[in-house]
Amino acid sequence: MIPPFETFYETHRDEVYRFLGRRLGRQSAEDAFQETFLRALRAYPRLEHGEHLRAWVFTIASRIIVDDARRRKPEGELPELAVEDGLPAFEDLAPLTDDLPPKERAAVVLRYGYDLDYAEIGAALGSTESAARQAASAGVRRLRKEQQ
Amino acid sequence: MTVSPSLDERFRAAAAAAELLDVAYDVLPDTPVGTLLVGVTDRGVCRISFDPEPEHHLELLARIFGPRVLRSSKPVDRVRRELDEYFEGRRQHFDVEPDVRGVPEYYRRVLDELARVEYGTTTTYGTLAALTGNPRAARAVGTVMNRNPIPIVLPCHRVIGASGSLTGYGGGLDRKEHLLRLEGAIL
Repeated sequence: MIPPFETFYETHRDEVYRFLGRRLGRQSAEDAFQETFLRALRAYPRLEHGEHLRAWVFTIASRIIVDDARRRKPEGELPELAVEDGLPAFEDLAPLTDDLPPKERAAVVLRYGYDLDYAEIGAALGSTESAARQAASAGVRRLRKEQQ
Repeated sequence: MTVSPSLDERFRAAAAAAELLDVAYDVLPDTPVGTLLVGVTDRGVCRISFDPEPEHHLELLARIFGPRVLRSSKPVDRVRRELDEYFEGRRQHFDVEPDVRGVPEYYRRVLDELARVEYGTTTTYGTLAALTGNPRAARAVGTVMNRNPIPIVLPCHRVIGASGSLTGYGGGLDRKEHLLRLEGAIL
């Protein structure tokens, strides 16, 4: 059962806003906040269950941070390869991690897709820094095993 | 750092403007019959309740109309205005359509008949029962009235006992009496 959007929104709005504020500063955080929850609202009817909503909304917020960074990069500037390497698009990473358990998947995507540190991932997943580290490395181990 | 009230309102307005809501609701404080919760969909008004606590309604609204239920003031403006006019005695008929999705078929037939009961008049449970095909179902009609999802707009306050007593009202008898007095149906 998916909770009414109001409940979902009230539960997560403040921490999503804090998260965006830390990454973008207050001014851009307001726009990113609105965009995050509008995207969540668009995708909401397609959710199959109400689990891991917190990780889900943080994944949306992280994606908006990445989009925002891309937009700000001045036109014509040579791409900074190191940064691009550090941030494979969510689209690239998502299909590879489809079969992971949700928490491991979120940890892997947020760590390697969005370059969040483990403290931020812990906050996003509602657990701790060390639990986030464990989930990400368990996810990576599982992916390696599947590759073999 | 928390979401400021103005950012919160901006998001709620944007959500409605983008037509992304299954139900928009708002709380109308201090009407002549107390604080009301009003819910609307793209088809019309889907909920009016004398219990204004959103917590008591969100799950059910989400189940019937879809999970995107959000408090948002603008979509409710039309109903708010019509209710204001009604309470001021300047409106006898609501133009907003009732959205009765989720109401069982028999209940819906009773509510259709109820919608025809004119401002300032009353009818009886038995009469409504007869109009919907079963004169002995007065008690069942009472149940339908009690569970009316859109009181005031669907005027269950105009249904009284055959003896002329007000009988009962989901929102409390004093509210029923207030509405009937407002309409001049009783002195």
